[in-house]
Amino acid sequence: MAIRLARWPSRTTPTLGRHLALAVGAAILLLLLSSQIGAYDDYNLAEVAIFVIAVAGLNVLTGVNGQLSLGHGALMAIGAYTTSLILRGHDVPLILVLVASVASASLIGAVFGIAAARLRGPYLAGATLALAVGLPQIATRYSHVFGGEEGLTVTPPGPPDWLGADFPPERWMAWIAIAAALVTIVLLANLLQSSVGRSFKAVRDHEAAAALAGIDVARTQVHAFVVSSACAGLAGSLFAYWSGLTAPAGFGVALSLQLLSAIVIGGLGSLSGAVWGSIILVIIPALTGGLASSLSLASSVANNLPLAIYGSVLVLAMLLVPNGIDGGLRRLLVLARTRWTGAPSTHKGVVDWDDPSGG
Amino acid sequence: MQRFIVLTLNGLTEGSIYAAMALALVMIWRATQVVNFAQGAMAMFTTYLALFSLERGAPYWMAFLVALLCGLLLGGVIERVLVRPVESAPPLNIVILTLGVLLVLEAVAPMIFGGQIRSFPAAFSIVGIKLGSLQVPFSAFDLFTLASVVFLMVLLLLLFQKTDLGLRMRASAFNAEVSRLLGIRVGRMLTLGWALASLVGALSGLLIAPTLLLYPTYMDQVLVFGFTGAILGGLDSPPGAVVGGLAMGFSLSYVGGYFGSDLETVGALVILVAVLMVRPRGLFTLRAQRVV
Repeated sequence: MAIRLARWPSRTTPTLGRHLALAVGAAILLLLLSSQIGAYDDYNLAEVAIFVIAVAGLNVLTGVNGQLSLGHGALMAIGAYTTSLILRGHDVPLILVLVASVASASLIGAVFGIAAARLRGPYLAGATLALAVGLPQIATRYSHVFGGEEGLTVTPPGPPDWLGADFPPERWMAWIAIAAALVTIVLLANLLQSSVGRSFKAVRDHEAAAALAGIDVARTQVHAFVVSSACAGLAGSLFAYWSGLTAPAGFGVALSLQLLSAIVIGGLGSLSGAVWGSIILVIIPALTGGLASSLSLASSVANNLPLAIYGSVLVLAMLLVPNGIDGGLRRLLVLARTRWTGAPSTHKGVVDWDDPSGG
Repeated sequence: MQRFIVLTLNGLTEGSIYAAMALALVMIWRATQVVNFAQGAMAMFTTYLALFSLERGAPYWMAFLVALLCGLLLGGVIERVLVRPVESAPPLNIVILTLGVLLVLEAVAPMIFGGQIRSFPAAFSIVGIKLGSLQVPFSAFDLFTLASVVFLMVLLLLLFQKTDLGLRMRASAFNAEVSRLLGIRVGRMLTLGWALASLVGALSGLLIAPTLLLYPTYMDQVLVFGFTGAILGGLDSPPGAVVGGLAMGFSLSYVGGYFGSDLETVGALVILVAVLMVRPRGLFTLRAQRVV
């Protein structure tokens, strides 16, 4: 504890207050930003915010608790299908739909988490991969309920009247997604600072030691799975609203692998890493899609260029910044501090408890 | 009863392909503790190279050999150039790296060879063998598939169990540090392990291509079932990989045949999860090791 106080004097202020202040600041900045940009950029901003929720949740499970999930896309699908089924023929307020989606995803997550607590490493990866492959097929099989391959349509939420008649619906969607993302991040940040968060990390770092310290390892792993599934459910529900369509093709293995690549590229185990990773997930396809169409290439090359670039980014990122963007930025910060003060960084010799790769 | 025989033979043929893929994954896992998600895409790429040679007038067996040798080369190069530098990184980083390789290969293949679905020739007839007046749903090509997978497995078994090189490879996989002290060039052994594994993968790609047809993502499902087969058997056990792969083939075939083909995958995966609940480290891992 002494080490922490020495390193972060600001930790003496209450954690919740600090996180809330940061969130309010971010909210104001993002609202201003979303009002300045066009509808298409608002649409992309909403997508980033939705991914932030899912990626942050996955980062708690995989980065903080050490459970590898290749099936998070399927948990998003549960949220999305809950939303679509509730809204089929009914007009239910947004907040109730979100709560119901979170609840259903948490429930499935708890069941799967209990099974997952027995499995480790690649075996857990295989079981969760089974979830990602199998679940969309159930939607196809029981097409009278889930709409089959064509999926179910969802009416996006319209902006309220007091914002004016010409308020773009994309901006309203972005606001909803940003609000949900900020609430999620604040809740997760507090959770990770609490004893629950510490036991998540303890289980990841050393199961036997955690058990000796009185932590119920299996129960902690199930808790992490539920928290993570709740986030995935929320993200899935917003995804259904955002895309206007819930279809099995949107929730395949590719989505799960995208989420996984986002946590590693952003920075394993850190919430700011989740934000970086989500930005990368949205920005790279947007940029490369534009690049491919602006160059006059053969269609077979142009159509596959974004995928090739995304794959190369994954490979290069692992070779060049193995700790993700968040880890890279932290390193830069330490270097800059050393440079400016002319003294070796105070970080030296101090174990960084929050850094999953160090210690 | 006749239906059961048809499904069994079908499961056996498909299962032998998954067994080859599972074996490739297990060999890489034992060598470098990496699940190589690019294995399927690598096999896809080498199968395209075989098709490319065929179109340039090469005889079938020449193209077959080209694909296998390119598989050997591709595996070795990927290990040496991409995997070696991140050897000590967290395991998840290497997973993401292999995913990146998968995406690059699946994007580059249509750029070079075109993205449309292509047919790939089989070495032998794919029509069922006639026994007297009865037509058995088992073709000469199915027999060849089964025989070549078994042949390759026996070769690998001999290599690992009976040769000095195999002993050195097993030692490197078992304990790199001690092996280095004993004078084994561990790095070379790991490269060779990847190369051999990717040759096995390339074989599975060649054998399944006539059935699935050739397109850039055609090996994805083979990878998924090979991987689930490998963890079903236990990632540390080559015999486990073979049994696991065959088990995947049988369960896919039976579930598809008796409960409808759209439940095929779900059923097989439910079986996988059920087995893992009883044996969390696969069927063939002898004892769960806990590192304290």
